[in-house]
Amino acid sequence: MVPLSYYLVLSGILFACGVTGFLIKRNIITIFMSIELMLNGVNLSFVAFAAHWHALSGQVFVFFVMVVAAAEAAVGLAIIIAVYRTRETLNVDRVNLLKL
Amino acid sequence: MHLILFLIFGVICVAGAVNLLVQRHPISSALSLIVVMGSLAAEYLLLGAEFVAAVQVIIYAGAIMVLFVFVIMLLNAGEEERTKGSRVALLFGIPGMLAGSVLMGWVLLEHSGTEAVAAGALPGPPKVIGWLLFHDFLLPFEVTSVLILIAIMGAVVLASRPESSQETRKEG
Repeated sequence: MVPLSYYLVLSGILFACGVTGFLIKRNIITIFMSIELMLNGVNLSFVAFAAHWHALSGQVFVFFVMVVAAAEAAVGLAIIIAVYRTRETLNVDRVNLLKL
Repeated sequence: MHLILFLIFGVICVAGAVNLLVQRHPISSALSLIVVMGSLAAEYLLLGAEFVAAVQVIIYAGAIMVLFVFVIMLLNAGEEERTKGSRVALLFGIPGMLAGSVLMGWVLLEHSGTEAVAAGALPGPPKVIGWLLFHDFLLPFEVTSVLILIAIMGAVVLASRPESSQETRKEG
C-alpha cells in the first residue's frame, strides 16, 4: 500500500526536473526531451488519480496525452531538422533571427 | 512489498531524470530518458494499469525515443556548448527548481489525502479501456486521429528539402 501523495510527489519531482532541463539546457533536442519528461510526470499523476478514484477515464486520458506527445515529437523533430538545415547549429542561443 | 518496489523504481526514475540534466551529450540524455520511461512503466504496473504500462513501453520508450535517437544521429549532434545565456539560466533555474519542487512536495504531503492506493486496486484490462475509448470517448478519439493526420502532413512539409519550394517560388 503506497500513499497517493507519494506518487504525486514523484510526478512533481519529474515535472520539476523537466522544467529545469527546459531552462538550463541549450541544446534544442535536449530541451525537447525535457518537455517529454514533463509530459511523463503528468501521466504518472493521471494514473495515480485514476487508481485513487477508481475511475478508468484517467487511463484513457493518459492514452490521449501519449498520442499528442507522439504528434508533437514528429512535428517538433521536423522543425529541428529544418532549423539545423538553415542554421547549421542546434544551440538555441545562436538561433536568434527570424529571417534566414 | 509494494512500497519497496515503488521506492526502488522511483529512485531509478529520479536518478534518470537528474542524469538527463547533468549529461552534456544529447545521446546520453536520450538514453537516461529511456530509463525514466521504463521505470515509469513499472510504476504503472504497480498501480494496476497494465494497458498504460504496455503502451508506455511501446509508444514512448519504443517509437518516440527511437525518433529522438534517429534525429540526434542524423544531425550528428555533439556536446552542447556553454554560453552566457546558459550560465544565467543555471544561476536562476536550479534554485527555482529546488524551491518549486520543495513547495510542491510540501503542499502535496500536507494537504492531499494520505489514503493509500492499493496496488492493483484498479484493474485496467485492455477490454474495459477499449470499451471506454470507443463509447464514452469516441469523439476525442476521432479528433486525435485527425490530429495525427495533420501532424504527419506537417512533418513531411517541414522536413522536405527547401529547394523544391524555392523552385516553385521562381516559377510563380
